[in-house]
Amino acid sequence: MSQIGSFALLLALALSAYSFLAGGYALFRPGPLSERLGETARRAGIATFGVVFLAAVVLVISAFQNDFSIAYIYHHSNRDLPGPYKFATLWSGQEGSLLFWLLLLSTYGLVLRLRHKTDSRLFAHASVIIAAVQVFFLLLVNFAAHPFALLQGTFPPDGAGLNPLLQYPEMVIHPPMLYLGYVGFTIPFAFALGALIMRYPGEKWIQITRRWTMVTWCFLTCGIALGMHWAYAVLGWGGYWGWDPVENASLLPWLTGTAFLHSVMMQEKRGMLKVWNMWLIFITFMLSIFGTLLTRSGLVNSVHAFAQSSIGNWFTGFLAITCAVCVYYFVKNRNHLRSEHKLESLVSRESSFLFNNLLFVVATFTVLWGTLFPKISEWVQGNKVTVGPPFFNKVNIPVAMLLLLLTAVGPLLSWRKTSLDSLKRNFLWPALGALAVGVALIAGGIRPWQDMSYFYSLMAIMLSALVSLTVLSEFVRGGRVISRHTGQNLIASMIHLGHRNTRRYGGYIVHFGVVVMIIGFAGSAFNRDAEREMAYGDQMKLGAYTLVCRSYTQEDKPNYGSQWAIIDVFKGGKQIDTMYPERRFFKASQQPSTMVANRSTLAEDLYIVYEGENLDTGRPIIKAHLNPLVMWIWIGVWVIIIGTILALIPNAVPVRVAAPARVETAPVGAGV
Amino acid sequence: MLHRPGQRFLQAVLLCAAIFAFLGAGDETRFRDLGHRLMCVCSCNQILLECNHVGCNYSDRMRGELMTAIQHGDSDDLTLQAMVQNYGPTVIAAPTSTGFNRVAWIMPYVALVMGLTTMIVIVTVWRNRPPGPPPAGGPGGAPLGGGPPISGSELERFRQQARKDTEL
Repeated sequence: MSQIGSFALLLALALSAYSFLAGGYALFRPGPLSERLGETARRAGIATFGVVFLAAVVLVISAFQNDFSIAYIYHHSNRDLPGPYKFATLWSGQEGSLLFWLLLLSTYGLVLRLRHKTDSRLFAHASVIIAAVQVFFLLLVNFAAHPFALLQGTFPPDGAGLNPLLQYPEMVIHPPMLYLGYVGFTIPFAFALGALIMRYPGEKWIQITRRWTMVTWCFLTCGIALGMHWAYAVLGWGGYWGWDPVENASLLPWLTGTAFLHSVMMQEKRGMLKVWNMWLIFITFMLSIFGTLLTRSGLVNSVHAFAQSSIGNWFTGFLAITCAVCVYYFVKNRNHLRSEHKLESLVSRESSFLFNNLLFVVATFTVLWGTLFPKISEWVQGNKVTVGPPFFNKVNIPVAMLLLLLTAVGPLLSWRKTSLDSLKRNFLWPALGALAVGVALIAGGIRPWQDMSYFYSLMAIMLSALVSLTVLSEFVRGGRVISRHTGQNLIASMIHLGHRNTRRYGGYIVHFGVVVMIIGFAGSAFNRDAEREMAYGDQMKLGAYTLVCRSYTQEDKPNYGSQWAIIDVFKGGKQIDTMYPERRFFKASQQPSTMVANRSTLAEDLYIVYEGENLDTGRPIIKAHLNPLVMWIWIGVWVIIIGTILALIPNAVPVRVAAPARVETAPVGAGV
Repeated sequence: MLHRPGQRFLQAVLLCAAIFAFLGAGDETRFRDLGHRLMCVCSCNQILLECNHVGCNYSDRMRGELMTAIQHGDSDDLTLQAMVQNYGPTVIAAPTSTGFNRVAWIMPYVALVMGLTTMIVIVTVWRNRPPGPPPAGGPGGAPLGGGPPISGSELERFRQQARKDTEL
C-alpha cells in the first residue's frame, strides 16, 4: 500500500509541476500552440486532484488495515482505535495533515479549473498560481514529511495510538473545517495575484473572489468555533480561548479576511482601496502559511503544536518567495490600481470601512506581536517572557469594543455622504435602547466600577444591544417601505427585503451573530468555580446549585480505562439533573484525558470536571465551574453561518412594486 | 464660579467610585486577580488558577504561596516579585512594564497611532484629489439624449433618489 501512496505523491508532483510550467509558458509566451498547451496544463491540474485523492485514500485504508509498517500509521493509530478516529488519523499528525492540506487545495483547484469558462484567462492565471502552491506542498510531502515512510526494523504488533485529546467527536470535524478555511484563502490569493499580473480590467475579479472568500471565511469561522468548543469540552479548564499561539495562528487570517470582506465593498461600489484590497488578500494568504509555520516549526511553545521539525525552513522559504513575487508584481503594475473616486465626506460609509479596516489590522498586528514577543524577547534580552491572556485581553478588548461600535454605526451611514441629522435620527432610538439595557444591568447587580472585567462586560452587552437595535431598525425601515408598496405584513416584507439584497441583509445577520457571540464572551467576567474532594454523599455548593456525589466508579474498555463520578444536581432543594464527569486513561498512548460533564442552559453552564483521584484517600477530586452565557457563543456561530449562507445566495429578481395609487385604492381590511 | 457645582459633582462621583473599588478589593478578589496574572510553571501553559492537572507539582504550592503572601499583607508588586524570584520571569502571565518588556505594551498603541496617522493622510489626499474625467454620457457629461447639461441641484436630487432606491 505504501508504494501506491508514494507513487501517487510523486505522480502528483510531476502533474502539478507540468501544470505550473506549461500553464505559465502558455500565459507568458503566447503563440499558436499556447491555447492548447494551457488546456493541457489545466487538465494536468485536474488530474492532480485524482492522484492526491488516491494517496489520501491509501493512507486512510492503511489506518483501517492497521498497517504499522508505515511509520505515520504506527505513531497515530492503534488496533482498538474506533473507526471515525482511524479516519481522522489522516490529519492528526504532521505528515498526514500536510497530505490533507494538499487534498483540500487540489479540491479547491479542481472546482476552479472546472469553472474556467467564467473568465478563461483570469482562471488560467489563478490555476497556474495554485499549481505553484501545490508544487510546494508536494515537495514537502515527497521529500520533507513523507506520510508513507516505512518503519525501520521489525514491525510492532500495535500502534502508539492517537493523541487522547484528539479522541473526541469534534476533532473529526474541527481540523477539516479549519483547513478548508486556511487552504481556501489560496483561491482569492490566486485570483488577486493573477488579476495584478495580467492587469485585469474592471472589478469582476473582485466579485469572483468575494464569493470564494466568503465560503472560506465561513469555514474558518466554523473551524475556529469548533476548536473553541473542543477546548471547552475536552481540556477541562473551563474556558474556550486561551490565546495559545496555535489559536492565535487561526485568528490572524480570520481577522484580515474579515477586513477584506468589508473593504472589498469599497472597491466594488466606489473603485477605491484597490491597493489595500490586493495587499489584504496577499497578507491573509501569507498569514495562513505563517500560521502553519508557527504550528509545525516549533517556533513557539503550544499544547496544540505538532512535533518540532525542520519543515519550518521550507515554509520560511516559501513565504519569502511568495512575498517577493507579490512585491515584484505590485511594483511593476501598481499604476493599474489607482482609485477612481475621491472621498466626499468623513461621515460616510467609506470612512467607516476605512476605520473598520484600521482596527482589524491593528488587532491582527497585536495578536501577531503578542504571539511572537516571547521569541523576540529571547533574541533581544536573552530570556523568554510569557505573553498570555492578560496581555491579549488588555490590548484587544478595547479594539473589539471600537469595532462593535462601528458595527452599530456603519450600516447607518450612506455611501459618499451622510448628514449628521439623518445619523442622529437613525441612531437615537438604538442608542437609547442600549442605554436602557445598561441601566437595567446595573440595577440588576452588575457593578462596573468594582472590576475592569465587569466594566468591559457591561460595555460589551450595551454595544451588542446597540448593534442589534440598529440591525433591527434597518430591517424594519426597509420592511416598512416594501410593506407600504406591496401591502404585505411587516414580517413578510422583511423576508422579502432579505431576498432582494441577500448580501447586505445576510451581512446584517452575520453582525447579529457576532453580537450574540460577544454577549457570550461578556459572561466570562462572572465565571465562578469550586473544587473539592468528594466522598459518597458529600456536597459542594456553587451559585444556586448543590452538587451531591452519589457514587464513583471505574470502567475498562478496549481503547481506554475510565474513572467517573455520578453527581446529583440540586437547585432550590429539588433534584434537576444527574451528571457524569469522567477521566479516561488511554492504553496505547499511556495518556489521560478528561470528559467534562456540562449542563448547558441559555443562562449558564454548570461544567463539572473529574480531575482525578486523591491517591491517599481514593476519593475523586471534582471541580465545578459556573460559566454564564456560554451557550450564546455557540448560538452566535450558528447565526453567523446562516447569515453567510444567506449572503451567498444570489439576489432574487426585484419584484415589481405596485403603483402607490393602486395600493391606496385597495379597500380597507380587504387583505392582500 | 459657574463650574464649581460641576466640579463638586465630579469629585463626589470619583469618591464613590474609589469607595466601591476599595470595597471590592478583599483577599479573595486579590487572590483571583493575582492568580490570573500568574502562569502555572508545570509546562501546561495555563494560567495558575486554571491549571487543572491533578497531581501537578507546582500549582497547589504556588496557590498556597500566593494566598500566604496576600494574607501577610504584601503588596501586589512584592507578591509578584517573590514569585519571579522563585519560579523565573516566565511565571508572570504578561510582560512587565520595565526594560525591553515595555516594548510589548507600547507597540500595539504605536501601531494604532501609525495606522490612524496613515488613515488621516489618505483621507486628506482623497478629499483633495481632483475629480476624474466624467464618463461619457454619465452624470455631469453630455446626456446621451443630447439634451441640456444636468444642473447641480438636479444631480443631487438624482443621487438622493438613487440612494433611496438602493437602500432597499
